Parts: sequence; C-alpha cells; structure tokens
Amino acid sequence: MIPTLAGRIQTRLFLLATVGLAWTIVVVPVLPKRGAPIGDVYAATILALFVVALFGAGWELLYHAIQQYRWEKDWPILYALAEAVPEGVVAFVVVDAIVPTGPSPITFFFHFVTTWVVVWLTAIGPLRMVLLRWRFRGGRIL
Amino acid sequence: MTDADLTADLISARRWTDQDVAAARLPMIDVPLVSVGGGLGSFALVDTLRVAGIPSNAIRVLTTLDRPDQTYEYLASASQIPRHERIRSDSGSTIDNIWGFPSYALREAWNAKSIKEKMDPLLQVFLEPVFADYYTPRSGQVYESVVRESARINWNSMLVKGVVRMVRARHGGGYFSVLTPPRGWRPPPGQPPSKRIVFRSSHVHLAVGYPGVKFLDDLQAYRQAHDDFHRVVNAYEPHEYVYEELLRRPSTVLVRGSGIVATRILVRLLEDRERKGAQTTVLHLFRHYIDKPQGDDPKFRRLGRNGFAYQGFNYPKAAWGGQLKERLERLDGPGRAALIRQMGGTNTPFRREWEALLQRGRQGGWYQQWIGEVASVDPGPNGTITTTIVDPQQRSVQLAANFIIDATGLESDISEHRLLADLLSHGGASRSAFGRLEMEPSFEVAGTRNDPGRMYASGSATLGGYYAGVDSFLGLQYAALRIADDLASIGFGERIGVSRSVKEWFRWMRNAPIPG
Ligand SMILES: Cc1cc2nc3c(=O)[nH]c(=O)nc-3n(C[C@H](O)[C@H](O)[C@H](O)COP(=O)(O)OP(=O)(O)OC[C@H]3O[C@@H](n4cnc5c(N)ncnc54)[C@H](O)[C@@H]3O)c2cc1C
Repeated sequence: MIPTLAGRIQTRLFLLATVGLAWTIVVVPVLPKRGAPIGDVYAATILALFVVALFGAGWELLYHAIQQYRWEKDWPILYALAEAVPEGVVAFVVVDAIVPTGPSPITFFFHFVTTWVVVWLTAIGPLRMVLLRWRFRGGRIL
Repeated sequence: MTDADLTADLISARRWTDQDVAAARLPMIDVPLVSVGGGLGSFALVDTLRVAGIPSNAIRVLTTLDRPDQTYEYLASASQIPRHERIRSDSGSTIDNIWGFPSYALREAWNAKSIKEKMDPLLQVFLEPVFADYYTPRSGQVYESVVRESARINWNSMLVKGVVRMVRARHGGGYFSVLTPPRGWRPPPGQPPSKRIVFRSSHVHLAVGYPGVKFLDDLQAYRQAHDDFHRVVNAYEPHEYVYEELLRRPSTVLVRGSGIVATRILVRLLEDRERKGAQTTVLHLFRHYIDKPQGDDPKFRRLGRNGFAYQGFNYPKAAWGGQLKERLERLDGPGRAALIRQMGGTNTPFRREWEALLQRGRQGGWYQQWIGEVASVDPGPNGTITTTIVDPQQRSVQLAANFIIDATGLESDISEHRLLADLLSHGGASRSAFGRLEMEPSFEVAGTRNDPGRMYASGSATLGGYYAGVDSFLGLQYAALRIADDLASIGFGERIGVSRSVKEWFRWMRNAPIPG
C-alpha cells in the first residue's frame, strides 16, 4: 500500500463503516461474551470501532510522519497489520473507561483482532475491485 | 498503373481533407479509435476500453506483432530474463488485470503444487520490502496471463498488420493514420493496388515503445570502424553465443552500465562461473561509482553502496500512486524533469541473492570493479579489445577483454522514431522540458487536438509528463485508465464506475470473454 495522508484517513473511515461494521454485526453473536448481555457487547464493540475511527486521524499522522523517512514513501502491508497492536491497546483503555461495566478483555480481543484482519485483508486486495482508481490515488476515495 | 502511394502534397501538408486522400487513391478504413504499436501499452488501453464496454469493432490496433508481449519478451530474454526468471515489477502490477487483484503472488500461490510453493510467495509479499526482498512474478507467468487476457478481449480480431508511417490531422476533425502493410499484402478485390492503407479515426493512441537501442558512442564507433559486431554487444540484443563461448575457454568480459540490466548480465556471468564451470573474469566499468547513500535529506535518501544505487523499482513506489505522484502532478515541466531524474536515474533492485553472488566474486577476484571515463576502445592482441580509461586519479588504465557488453541504455531520442519525428514536425506535438513528448495530465499529446478527435500516447515517449512510471506495466495501466476516462468524458464509452467494475471483475475471474 502506498497511501497519502488523506488517503489513509479516508480509507480507514470507509472500511470501518463498511466491512468493519458488517463484520462486527456478524461476529458478535459468536464471540465469547463471558455472560455479558449481547446488547452490551454490541455497544462496546461498536464503540471500539468509533474509537479506532476517531483516534485514527491522530494515528495516521504518526504513521505518515514515519513514512516520510522511507525512500519509497510506501507503507508495507506488514506495518498496516502491526498498527493493530498500539491501536488495540489504546482502544481497549478508552472503551474500558467509557463503558462502566467494561467488555471482558477476551471479548474485546477477539472482536478487535478479527475485525482488524478483515479490514486489512480488504484493503490489500478486494477493495481494488470495487474502487478501480483507489490504488492510483494514494488511497483517496473522494 | 503503379501502386497508389503517398504523394508529395500529402507528405508536406499538415492537414489533409478526405478528398486529398481519395485523390491519391489510397484505400481508407473508418474506425472510431486506432492504437498504434500493439505492444503492452496498446494492450493496456484496449483491455481497459473493452472493460469499459467499447466493442472490438470500434478499435483497430496497428502493429507488426502477433502477441502484445512479444517485444517485451524479446528485450527481456536478451537482457537475461528467461521465462523462469523473475521480472522487476511487483505483485500488484498485473498487466492482464486492470484492478491489480488478484495479484501475481496470490495467483502463483493458488496454482502452486506444494504447500511450500504456496506459502513462499504469500510470505514474501507479507514481509516485503523490510524483511524480504520485493516479491516479483516470473516472466513466464506474465506472458501466460497476457495471452489469456488477449483471448478474453478478442485482441486478435482488432489487429491490422503493418508499420504506421505517419498520423496527420483531418480537416473536419480526427486523424488519418497511414499504415504500410507487410510485403505481399493485397487490397481486397475490386480496390486499386496500393502501398498504404489509411485509417480514418476520431481518436488515435500511440504506444510505440522505445525509439531504438542506444549504444555508447565509443562502442558504436569501435563497432563500425572495425566491423566487429561479434565481440562488442548490446545487452538488449540477443547475445547468447557470448555465454556459450565463455563456457568453452577462460575469458575476460567487460561490462558497462550499473542499472538492472547490467546487474542481470553480471548475475548470468557469475552464475555460469559458479554453476557451469565457466572461467570468466568480469571487469565491471563504472562511470559514476556510488559508494554511499544518495541524498542529503534523511527524508529523501536512497540506499547506495558498492557502486550501485538501489531501489525496488525504477522509481520509488509512491511515484505510481502515492505522495510522490501527487507532488509530481503539482510541478511545472522543468520541475517534473528534475524530480523524475532525482527519483529515477540509473538504479538496480537490492536482492539478497544477487548481493551474495557479487560479494563472492569480489572476494574470489573474478569480479573486479573499475571506475573511469573511457578514453578509447581499440583492438588488442590475441583477439582482445583494449579499453583505455582515465581513472579518478587521472591515471590511464588499460582493460583488455574478449567481449564487451554494453548495458547502459535502451532509449534513443524520440526523433529517431519516424512516426514521432513526423508528429513533432507536422502534427503540432512539441518536446517537454525532459525532451520527450509534451503531455497533458490526461495523457493527451499536447498540441495535437483536432476536435472532436483526440490523440493520446503512453509509454516511454511520454516520460517528463505528469507521471513518472509511464514505462511500466502499472504506468501503462494508469495511462489507459486516464485515457479511457477522458474519452468517456467526450462520449466515447462509459466511465467505469463501481457497478461495472465489480461486474467486470467477476467476469475476469470466470475468464469469460467480453462480448462485442
Ligand atoms: C528488459 C526490460 C525489462 C522490463 N521489465 C519491466 C518490469 O519488470 N515491469 C514493468 O512494469 N515494466 C518493465 N519494462 C518496461 C515496460 O513495461 C515494457 O517495456 C513494455 O513492453 C512497454 O510497453 P510499450 O507498449 O510502451 O512498448 P512495447 O511493448 O515495446 O510495444 C511497442 C510496439 O510498437 C511497435 N511499433 C513502434 N513503432 C511502430 C509503428 N510506427 N507502427 C507499428 N508499430 C510500431 C514496436 O515494434 C513495438 O513492438 C521492461 C522493459 C525492458 C526493456
């Protein structure tokens, strides 16, 4: 992937709102919920998506700054996957602080990791089939 | 009655009327769009237009080739990329698939027999370029994919064989492309005999590839003065006999150049030594020796050492679709020329295997690096050729070799191409600050518009325009998409939107022919 800053942010928001949300809706019923009611788990997981979307602008600024030190000005797909680690930790802390009962770490972990992988897989491949010009536009959709 | 041919009046006129052509008795064929060249650039455009819904009878491809990858395969084979070797461009540069998905790595994994063969390409794209070298497909895979896609878009039905001599503007809009058919061609019964066929079209696309092989001046002079085309060869010309002779007797080869083709020649020579027992000594002559990273700005610095400048592809990856592409688009002609030179220039990819091979050669003494300017090239004793160089300390050094391989250049000046030269003198085209065709961002050739017709170009002749990677699979596809979009904006075909894109992608996956 070779995103520009605007492209990074747009792609993130677009994918979270489409495949990210769709995946969440589908996966929550089968997540280990540790006895929590499904409604609470939906609330917490969708909140997690919001946090990843909202904090995303900040994270992308950081990644963009790192990218400037790469001659190719690219962003290896491995890095895009590895972003999940710091972002996951921060998202968990924020969701845990907002939702009084808090999601169980297990629930959060399975939701976050699977959603991240689904979004990442979409971004490195099938997205191009839908958005033909995406790869030439540094990831910009608009 | 002699065969009809171009008349002096036609040759001198910048614009022709339909009557002019009729008066010269030249047979005329009407078609909405003509693509000249028939190589991968034509293929990329036609593929995109077919996906956009243009029927095959609206397109004619004027070419001497049977297959779109033919010239590419010829040049690649000569420069040491046989079918089982891996090319330079990446997994997503899928010339047979306008989406870049599924990538070559994915397809290689899918078709592989063993688990290891399936995992290797996937692991490599996952780890590239930080923990592994860039994955690149085998040339054979690329050729097979092009053949498959050609059949799907009905490529052969659009071909007309011959060389295009000139393209001239038509009074009333559009263009006349004058084709010289192959020897032995006969017009359809009832038509007068003619040496040319004229194609009258609204739109023209030029994808004529490289104007010609460029030789170093001193080597060209030597070749001509001593009529020696055997021992002084160009890397882009077939020269397999050289490697065969090297297996027979211990010899010395001088290699000039430090781009990817030079690397491939070195790899071939050194591998033949390690694997086939050739006793070859390789002298590698550098004019510019790069011994440290290039660039003062830590944010714009590329790897350089051991004489070479290294980067994955001809340009940094973001030149094809990231921030470097956007930066280039905002610059004027001279600014673009400068940035293109800075991002490109002579460079070679870093591959761990190749580095190790050169390192072993250096240590063993059979791969030697020399730096200097060539002063003269002369015949030496015992059938050798002596190259006299002036080294950086201003000393004169003589290098004797049995063969010299010139791996410095492929691209000659655009005016050496007859059709492009005609376009500059009679078609309204001009040169960019980079010295090639002045282009619009839409890949229209600046100064050639003839409403409602438009003339476009892609490939090497357009370098210096608003895109750096024009001479690459991905660049040819980018140009194709821009051209298709521009044509759609004036009513020729439809802009490929989300639903057509998805529908046509599924059709591609089923390998179902595009109708029409
Ligand atoms: C050795 C080598 C390796 C390369 N490796 C890669 C790689 O790994 N990845 C990558 O992306 N790119 C690579 N390229 C660059 C580029 O993608 C190819 O060269 C590609 O074939 C360019 O396509 P083209 O259509 O511009 O030219 P070509 O494929 O060469 O086609 C142009 C054709 O037009 C014909 N023609 C010219 N004038 C006329 C005329 N007047 N009338 C009729 N026909 C005419 C020519 O005969 C030629 O066959 C490589 C290039 C070379 C030389």
